[in-house]
This record gives sequence, C-alpha cells and structure tokens, in this order.
Amino acid sequence: MSLLDVRDLSVVFQRRGERPFTAVDEVSFSVEPGQTVGLVGESGCGKSVTSLAIMGLLPQRGNKVTGEVNFDGADLLKLRPDDLRDRRGRDIGMIFQDPLSSLNPVIPIGTQVAEVLERHRGMDHKAALKEARELLDAVGIPDPTRRLKEYPHQISGGMRQRALIAIALACKPRLLIADEPTTALDVTIQAQILTLLKELVDETGTALIMITHDLGVVAGLCDTVNVLYGGKIVERAERHELFARPRHPYTHGLLNSVPRLDSPRGERLHAIRGSVADNIPWAEGCAFAPRCDNVVDACLDGTPPLEPTANGGDLRCNNPVSEEVAVP
Amino acid sequence: MLRVIVRRLLQLVVTLIGLSALVFIWLRNLPGGPIEALLGERATPERRALLTKALGYDQPILVQYAKFMQRLVTGDFGNSIRSGDPVTEVIGRAFPATVELAAAAMIIAIGLGVPLGYLAARHRGRLLDNLSIGGTLLGISIPIFFLGYLLKDVFTQNMHLFPPSGRISTGLDNTDITGFFVLDGLLTREFDATGDALWHLILPAITLATIPLAVIVRITRASVLDVLNEDYVRTAEAKGLRHKTIRGRHILRNGLLPVVTTIGLQTGALLSGAVLTERVYNWGGLGTLIYDSISGGRDYPVLQALILLAALVFVLVNLLVDLSYAFIDPRVRVR
Ligand SMILES: Nc1ncnc2c1ncn2[C@@H]1O[C@H](COP(=O)(O)OP(=O)(O)O)[C@@H](O)[C@H]1O
Ligand code: SF4
Ligand SMILES: [Mg+2]
Repeated sequence: MSLLDVRDLSVVFQRRGERPFTAVDEVSFSVEPGQTVGLVGESGCGKSVTSLAIMGLLPQRGNKVTGEVNFDGADLLKLRPDDLRDRRGRDIGMIFQDPLSSLNPVIPIGTQVAEVLERHRGMDHKAALKEARELLDAVGIPDPTRRLKEYPHQISGGMRQRALIAIALACKPRLLIADEPTTALDVTIQAQILTLLKELVDETGTALIMITHDLGVVAGLCDTVNVLYGGKIVERAERHELFARPRHPYTHGLLNSVPRLDSPRGERLHAIRGSVADNIPWAEGCAFAPRCDNVVDACLDGTPPLEPTANGGDLRCNNPVSEEVAVP
Repeated sequence: MLRVIVRRLLQLVVTLIGLSALVFIWLRNLPGGPIEALLGERATPERRALLTKALGYDQPILVQYAKFMQRLVTGDFGNSIRSGDPVTEVIGRAFPATVELAAAAMIIAIGLGVPLGYLAARHRGRLLDNLSIGGTLLGISIPIFFLGYLLKDVFTQNMHLFPPSGRISTGLDNTDITGFFVLDGLLTREFDATGDALWHLILPAITLATIPLAVIVRITRASVLDVLNEDYVRTAEAKGLRHKTIRGRHILRNGLLPVVTTIGLQTGALLSGAVLTERVYNWGGLGTLIYDSISGGRDYPVLQALILLAALVFVLVNLLVDLSYAFIDPRVRVR
C-alpha cells in the first residue's frame, strides 16, 4: 500500500465578487514508503497549493478542497482538525522556501526545534533541548550548543534552512514535503542543502516529495517525477525515463531550457515561448496549446486525458514528442 | 543593556532641565497670576507690590529661575501659593490617587483590549469583528466628559450601583500607608477598605479606560492580522503545535510588539484623560490638582512641579516600554 495516495485533488479559490479559480485540478499521484517523488512546474502551476492542501494548511476560508489525501489508511481531508494536528509534524514534516521568514524571529532556535519534540514525543523542555542539540548537529550546524540560544537573524541562510530541516525531521516523520527548499539560497549553499536532504532521507528511510521549478534539482534526487502544468499533471515518469525521453512538449521544453554542461558554448537555451498568461482553460482544450509547437486540432477540443504510457508513466498529450527524439 | 538605560536616564535629566526652564518662563508670561488671585482685582498697588516682593516675583526672571533650580536640587519645590503647604506634600497627596486610577484603567484597557483585538482578527469580517470595529470607533470618538457623566447618571443616580464620587466612603476608617487605597487595604488586611476603594474605582476607571481600550483593540487586531499571514505561523501549524502554543508563543508574542509601543504613547493621553475623569468623579488626584492650580489663580510652584512630574512619568513609562520591547524582540537588543 502506498504511504501517500492523492486522488483527484482539486483546490478552487473563491473570493467574494471574484470568479472561482482552480489552482489544483484533479491531481492524482502516490508516494511509496521511502520513495522520493518530484513535483515540478513553473511558478504558479499549483505546487505549493497542492502541498498545503495535503497538510491541511490552506487558509480556512476562501477555498474549496475536494478529492482524497490517503495517508497511512486515513483520508487527511476528512480528519477532524485536532487529529490532523496530531499528525502534522509527527507523521509528515514540511520545509518551506524562505528559511528566514519561516522561522519565528523572536524565539531562540533551540526552542523552535524543541517545541515539536515536546508536542509529539512528550519530552520535557530540558530533554527536548538536549535532543534539539543532537538534531542541529545531525543537519551539519556547527557549534550546536551555542546555536540553541541564538535567534534566526544571527545565523546564515543556509544554517536557517538546516534548522528547518532539523525541525521537520525531528519526529522522524514517514513523509517529508520540501517546497522549493533551495530557491531562496545562494547557489553554493543550494547544492549543500540538496546533498544533506538526500543523505537524511536515505539514512532515515523517509519518503520525500520534492517540489521545485528546477528540473536540475530533481535530476539527482527523485525516483519519480510529476510534471504539473496549469494545476494539472501533464506527465509522470521515472526520473531516467523523463530525462532521456521526455514525451510532453512542456517537459521537453523545460529540459531544453536547463543549462547543460555538455552543450556547446554560446548556444542559446531554448526557453519555452510565451508565458502561463497565455494559457487557455483546461475545459476548452490543452492549457499549454498557445505555447506548444506540436499543437494539433484536437488540442483545442476538450481536455486531453492523462493516459498510461508504454514505459509505465502517464502522459496528457494529443501529439507527444516522439520517443526517438532525444534531448539535443 | 545597562549602558542603554544609563544613557536614557542622563538624557532624561537634560530633558527635564530644559523643560523646567521653558515651563518657568512660559508660566510667568501667562496673563493673570497669583497676585490677582490672592488679593482680588481691586487691591491697592501698594499691597500688590508688597506681595510681589514677598514672593520674589519682582526679581528678573533669570534670577528667579536660578533660585528655583537651587532649591530644586535639595528637593524643595517651594510652597503652594493657594494653600501654603509644601508642593511636594500637595502633590504627594494627589499622586497615588491618579496612579491608582490610571493603573486600573490600563489594566482594563490591556486586559480586555488584547483578547478582543485577537478575537476580532481571528474572526475577521464576521460579526464579532464588525462589532469591534464599530465599538472602537465609538470609544475613540466619545468625549470623556460626556461618557463620564453618562455612566455616573445611569449607574449611580438611576441604578444606585456605584458611589457617585470620591475614592472611599466617608466614615470608613481606612489606614493610609501608601496612599493607594486598594493596596493599603490589602496590606493592612482591611479587606472591606479594599472592596470599598474598588467599588469607587470602577466607574472612573472604565471612563478613563475607554480611549486606550479602543486604541489597543484596534492595534492588536491589525497587528495580529499581519502576523497571521507570516510564514512562521504556517511553520508552527506545520509542526502540529497546539492552538494555545501557536497563539501565545507565535502569534501574540510578535503581535504584541506594536501594542507595547502604543501603551507608552497612551500615557500622555491617559494623563489628560485623568484631568477630565477626576473632575467628573471628584477624584482628588493630580487631574483635580492641575485644574485647581490653573483656575484658582496660577499656582506657579505647583504647576511647575506638576508639569515636570508629567514629563518624568511620560519618559519613564516609555523607557520601560522600550526595555520590554527589547526583552520581547531580540532583534532590537543592540549592543
Ligand atoms: N490563498 C490564495 N488565494 C487565491 N489564490 C491563490 C492563493 N494561493 C495561491 N493562489 C493561486 O494559486 C495558483 C498556484 O499557486 P502556487 O501553488 O503557490 O504556485 P507554485 O506552483 O508556484 O507553488 C497561483 O495562481 C496563485 O495565484
Ligand atoms: S495536447 Fe496538444 S497542445 Fe497540449 S501539449 Fe500536447 S500537443 Fe501540445
Ligand atoms: Mg510555490
């Protein structure tokens, strides 16, 4: 049985006086224990909203969440708020994009790690602080005893993200959701944090959902990759399969726009033309159609279905990139 | 930290010296004065001159000021012109009354204002929130005088729930130790005196609390709304922390920072509010003293001391506010 099984998850934002906006549109995917799954797509495609919906962290008002989020045999969307609260931080940990704003500025780092241990593992403050020290040490924060008393503004961005990772993994959750954990960091630090995450999930057997707009991030990390476009999954494949033979024109375009070490100097990257602003509603056809080089008539005639591919993945496209065309 | 405090206290001394000079000169250039008040308008020029000389008001103003400062260093503020009593004594009698009133008002304002503001923010746009917005608008705009007499009318004249004026019932033989009647009752275990003092305190305190209460509700609401959108609150939720931990440690601790600042700024408003409130309830504190010292013929020595005292209180309260701010927020703990 999957650890996490998301079925037809939809999130519709509805503000008074505004038209409803479907940010996440019948998304389904699953995560096996210990597996690392990527959720990839441009900014605004619904990655964060998907993860917040799984955690039950969307604003209490102004949105409607439908579908199922089965975790460990229970549908998280149907849990009572208090039962969900018991699971957050214990069974599922989460780290966010901006480590500075994600830590409380007026509370020492030590307390911010310790409080999750006190809450879920019933430790008293002293024992929790001791454990917090070990955790900070484990995520590679130097001089952890001193850091316990320091505040977020006193440590570097990379260290803050390490502290947040320590918090998220404190209770040894079975699933970790990382929402663009390296986007706000310096390039040199990004690689360190990714390496750390990889080591930690390998060591602890924690399953990971890695959310990113950067295919480079999933390249060294994920077993399976889900590509999201306009709130819908457009392609799902094993990592090697996806990088070797991207079938969806959008995935293909994304890969082409990733800088490669072996590309000839001076060769221009092929950015996907247009922007998400050009999207058409899924109900009318393929949302990507206005930006697609492969567009055919059928693409403007209703939503293309997500269908299994011969290689064990899924694809939502009327005219996929041919399997023979390797990435240049 | 200690250095900051010392520096602020030195600044305070300089401020007070400057202020004392300004007040000294300003008061003596106001029309009317103690001579007219004491002798009446039809006194002979000779008698006026005599009294003016006796009080030292014939000397150049700089000389007067120098003498004033000279005595001040020894803690001598001179004598009240109206009563002849030493100024320190006159003020010492009135000071506890006002502090008791102001403290009660602030306890009400903070004790009600913070929870109400928090609830309004959490129920943004719903009934409770709209009620709080309407209520605070009313609270800020209603004149204290009007509110004071209204409450007095309804609760004392009509319903006889509270005593109409004063700080303690006549005939109650309470022991006066600190001048704070509520406190004295507790100290001497004369709990009936404490009860009686509280009973007298309620209406004036509510009257004086209205404006700071309304301000605190508004500031708390706005500030909590800001904090609710902060990423670290989302992190706290993602940790699965209990409601009360998130509320206390993550929302209010940050959300109260602007409220703390407001409390300091409200001190000035509280003092001027006290003047009006004390008149309505015949409270006999500093507010009453200020009023009497102005209308009863420019009691220079008392007025001077009162203004300096007000400035002192204002600065000290704000120092306290800054210190507690630094205590709550490590980012402002400089040096
Ligand atoms: N609270 C909200 N209210 C209304 N719209 C929202 C809200 N949160 C996100 N959205 C919208 O949902 C879409 C998906 O957002 P998000 O999941 O944050 O994108 P990303 O893939 O970059 O993480 C965006 O168009 C965004 O504007
Ligand atoms: S369905 Fe059509 S428009 Fe959409 S990606 Fe495939 S070919 Fe392009
Ligand atoms: Mg995002």
